[in-house]
Amino acid sequence: MSDTAAQGTGRRAWYEPDAKLKRRHAADRRLRAYGVAAILFALAMLMTLVGTILVTAAPAVTQTMVTLEVEVPEGAVNPSDPRGGSYQKILNESVARLFPEVDTPRELRELRQLFSNGGQYALRDKVVADTSLIGRTFDITFPLSDIGDQLHKGVIGRDLPSDQRRVSDEQIGWYDRLVEQGRISAPLNWGLIFNADSRFPELAGLWGALVGSFYALLICFLVSFPVGIAAAVYLEEFAPKNRFTDLIEVNINNLAAVPSIVFGLLGLAVFLNFFGMPRSAPIVGGLVLSLMTLPTIIIATRAALKAVPPSIREAAIGVGASRMQTVGHHVLPLAMPGILTGTIIGLAQALGETAPLLLIGMNAFITAAPDSMFNPSTALPTQIYIWADSPERGFTSRTSAAIIVLLGFLVCMNAIAIYMRKRFERRWS
Amino acid sequence: MTTLDTTEASGMIMNKTAEEAGALAKAVSTAKAGHETKIAASKVSVFYGDKQALFDVSIDIPARQVMAFIGPSGCGKSTFLRCINRMNDTIDNCSVKGTIEIDGANIYDPKIDPVLLRARVGMVFQKPNPFPKSIYDNIAYGPRIHGVAKAGSAMDEIVERSLQRAALWNEVKDRLDQPGTGLSGGQQQRLCIARAIAVNPDIILMDEPCSALDPIATAKVEELIDELRAQYTIVIVTHSMQQAARVSQKAAFFHLGNLIEVDETDKMFTNPSDQRTQDYITGRFG
Ligand SMILES: Nc1ncnc2c1ncn2[C@@H]1O[C@H](COP(=O)(O)OP(=O)(O)OP(=O)(O)O)[C@@H](O)[C@H]1O
Ligand SMILES: [Mg+2]
Repeated sequence: MSDTAAQGTGRRAWYEPDAKLKRRHAADRRLRAYGVAAILFALAMLMTLVGTILVTAAPAVTQTMVTLEVEVPEGAVNPSDPRGGSYQKILNESVARLFPEVDTPRELRELRQLFSNGGQYALRDKVVADTSLIGRTFDITFPLSDIGDQLHKGVIGRDLPSDQRRVSDEQIGWYDRLVEQGRISAPLNWGLIFNADSRFPELAGLWGALVGSFYALLICFLVSFPVGIAAAVYLEEFAPKNRFTDLIEVNINNLAAVPSIVFGLLGLAVFLNFFGMPRSAPIVGGLVLSLMTLPTIIIATRAALKAVPPSIREAAIGVGASRMQTVGHHVLPLAMPGILTGTIIGLAQALGETAPLLLIGMNAFITAAPDSMFNPSTALPTQIYIWADSPERGFTSRTSAAIIVLLGFLVCMNAIAIYMRKRFERRWS
Repeated sequence: MTTLDTTEASGMIMNKTAEEAGALAKAVSTAKAGHETKIAASKVSVFYGDKQALFDVSIDIPARQVMAFIGPSGCGKSTFLRCINRMNDTIDNCSVKGTIEIDGANIYDPKIDPVLLRARVGMVFQKPNPFPKSIYDNIAYGPRIHGVAKAGSAMDEIVERSLQRAALWNEVKDRLDQPGTGLSGGQQQRLCIARAIAVNPDIILMDEPCSALDPIATAKVEELIDELRAQYTIVIVTHSMQQAARVSQKAAFFHLGNLIEVDETDKMFTNPSDQRTQDYITGRFG
């Protein structure tokens, strides 16, 4: 029976590998190679993705501005009601002074197309802030329009035949004159962060979305954090272990796997239709998001509570602490880093969630940041959705820039979570 | 003795030997007067779900002595010990039948609050389990939650006295604000004893308090137990016959959930009355 083996050991020294062992090692190496290949592939995809976004977003880093010399005549603006002035007309006159040879209505319209519609508001705000400017001549800097911006950034090729590009030869000429006069500058595009949304790409910014997302996350945190912890503490520390609590546990795990759009439908039906809460408002968004964050927080909290060794509970109960004191004084503080880590990860998920917010109308076009959590607003991901849907060239780069802002927040939140996990990692001794 | 559950208990599987041992224990404790009975257990049965872990254990534990529980692994020593401060309440499927009286009051009476009970019956566990807090807070926690003392000099005094009684004061007095988990294993165990002492209990239960310690730390803890005996009733579970012989005045031998024999430690180790005790002590099984 064992003669083959005996022969084998007879022929070979014990340390010489046989064919089988070689095959085993080969399989090992193959498996490792697959693993490395998979990781390299994933990394390559990730870098392609991030690289594409970065390249696309690059033009949005700066905004092309023009500086014009304007004269605000005494009669044009009433100092007691400076908001009511006809600022577009004042700007038009100042443009006309720069280009006196332009006089046909068609040419004038094309010329004005170079300047952003936001110029009048920039001028208005400046005059409102300082009414002593009325009757004087001063410089005002405001964005070029989308086509001017694209021209400056070279997105619109000048070499194309004029019927294939969105700017006429005259417009290129005027733009070049502005450059020659040193009126064109391209500072950092702070408007992208601090402006609210707009129809015009050169004026559109993320402020409304940022504020909306902030309110929504705040609500989400305020609801899901205490409720999640209370639920998890009850389930883990107090609830009897029976069929009913098993059922609850299974359902919480299922809840975490429910597609987010379903939560959106639920929010639409319950919060909007039944409770009649305001449409598009961050409060509703936050409530819907908290439904999704809740299971994440409950699961993370339960895991963190489980990780606290039973000996700590025994020690506390042994000196006569009640169960509530045991949890409150010992178990929960020890579990807190894990709970916070889970919470941050849950909030990061909520921050990137789009579908439920679309369903409750947070993709509305709103040109002012919300004053409160009850006002209509967008959120970061829905803002990206809106911009990605807009035809203007300027929105292409702004969409990518907004994605980077969103990714930046997500990366920061996850980094905080990782830092906390490392920082408060406990060695139980 | 008031019997809350004896009718139910006696309805269970009767175990002759346990009965006899209980009777024997009673006889011994009454014969050896001088130490009044502190803990009187009668027909205690414990179930984990359907599984019965203790069968009608009756035992009297005298005040201000050290009682050692010995017996092979899984025989129910810890289970019985944890009945004495109702630690078993925290285990979901654990149910206890029978009565345990401390100073004449049945601790399983519904009007007894386990929180108060555990303040009177301290416990030291097998593995040292200090709170991951400062040494000071480890000791002060119990008195604080029981309202014995507020923070301040009264609390400082309790902390110092407890640490002194646990023979740890000199080693830690300069670093009370450092974490209790940073001490050596033996120091941690004495810290746990000090923590139990701090709430001013009558009884201290110890479940294999030295099994995680080296011989030197063990000797220190044993010495401490011997000193504490003057003030506290101590029940200790141990796997070491030598330790039982060194620290205890009385010993109880458990086997397969039954209490086989209770006697003076000296007598049990030299002249046990049951064959199974004899076999266990001489190392024939266990
Ligand atoms: N939480 C529990 N759930 C179910 N059964 C348990 C539980 N704790 C103990 N038991 C069972 O009860 C019996 C007695 O256990 P116990 O821990 O009291 O033994 P022990 O004498 O302390 O043993 P050791 O010397 O090993 O500590 C064992 O059969 C054990 O399996
Ligand atoms: Mg045990």
